[in-house]
Amino acid sequence: MADNKTMEFTEEQINRYSRHILLPEVGGKGQKKIAKAKILLVGAGGLGSPAGLYLAAAGVGTIGLIDSDVVDLTNLQRQILHHTSDVGRPKVLSGKEKIQALNPDVAVNMYEERLTAGNALKIFGEYDVIIDGVDNFTAKFLINDACYFADKPLVHGGILRFDGRVTTIVPKKSACYRCVFKKPPPAGLVASCQEAGVIGVLAGIIGTIQATEALKLILGIGRPLTDRLLDFDAKKTQFREIKVKRNPDCALCGDHPTITELFDDGDPFAGCAARP
Amino acid sequence: MQVKVNGKAEEIQGGTVLDLLKIKKIEPQMVAVEVNDKMIDRDHLATTQLTEGDQVEFLFYMGGGR
Repeated sequence: MADNKTMEFTEEQINRYSRHILLPEVGGKGQKKIAKAKILLVGAGGLGSPAGLYLAAAGVGTIGLIDSDVVDLTNLQRQILHHTSDVGRPKVLSGKEKIQALNPDVAVNMYEERLTAGNALKIFGEYDVIIDGVDNFTAKFLINDACYFADKPLVHGGILRFDGRVTTIVPKKSACYRCVFKKPPPAGLVASCQEAGVIGVLAGIIGTIQATEALKLILGIGRPLTDRLLDFDAKKTQFREIKVKRNPDCALCGDHPTITELFDDGDPFAGCAARP
Repeated sequence: MQVKVNGKAEEIQGGTVLDLLKIKKIEPQMVAVEVNDKMIDRDHLATTQLTEGDQVEFLFYMGGGR
């Protein structure tokens, strides 16, 4: 563990992170930024698994995991943070073990609870970057809103069947989720995740891009995926980028906001699939 | 006339964004629509006329993650 006062790396750590330190954009200075970073994964499932493992490998100092579920056999097709022997165990505990087995430098905070309007701001306040790895629209909108009120950058992700999407949201600077999608779709019109299905590897592709975006934000390098939706079509192996911009009529971050505090909206089990 | 729908050139009859949604059997509540990089409010779908060369993006909700 690096000494917290001076943040000097041990010889072992210099070895572990040498391929980062070699990069001019990272170097020892950047690696120290990573070591001091606190990243929150909302959902320790499909997207949270690859994001968590790569961020752990990268040497992120603190990773927070929020998830109220236990590992189910049907998760294992894509949620690589969890192994067969973890079925029935809390995801946050299983996730913490894998992260620390990969890299004992990482401190892991476990929140074995559901994200709500009541706990979101307090938890988000502790972190530098928030990663959305949840499976329902109610939670996705809640995360977007909480990041706005807590003023935290958000890396949003979604996967469905053979399609995935990533975008980065810097509150008050770039388009938020509500600027594009005003509110969750009507519950009756969306299929459930179980009905829709998802090709497991897609979680790896999208979750790994989310981890990349989070590291770029921590390092302050490159061009963030803001004001752009990056859509991936696994069947065609094709990425498409759709430009979006801040919406002056946005109920959250527009010129005359009507959403002025966090709220829990509707049925938390509202489905995840919405493509006709 | 020709427009681009999600990056793909398509020949359409003309009409409004809502007409195009109907032809494609897309429920308006299930999609966010951009025309030439500008978001179209759902209330304006029926009054927004499409013209030759317009670039239309239908952005579907993508909610999974677990």
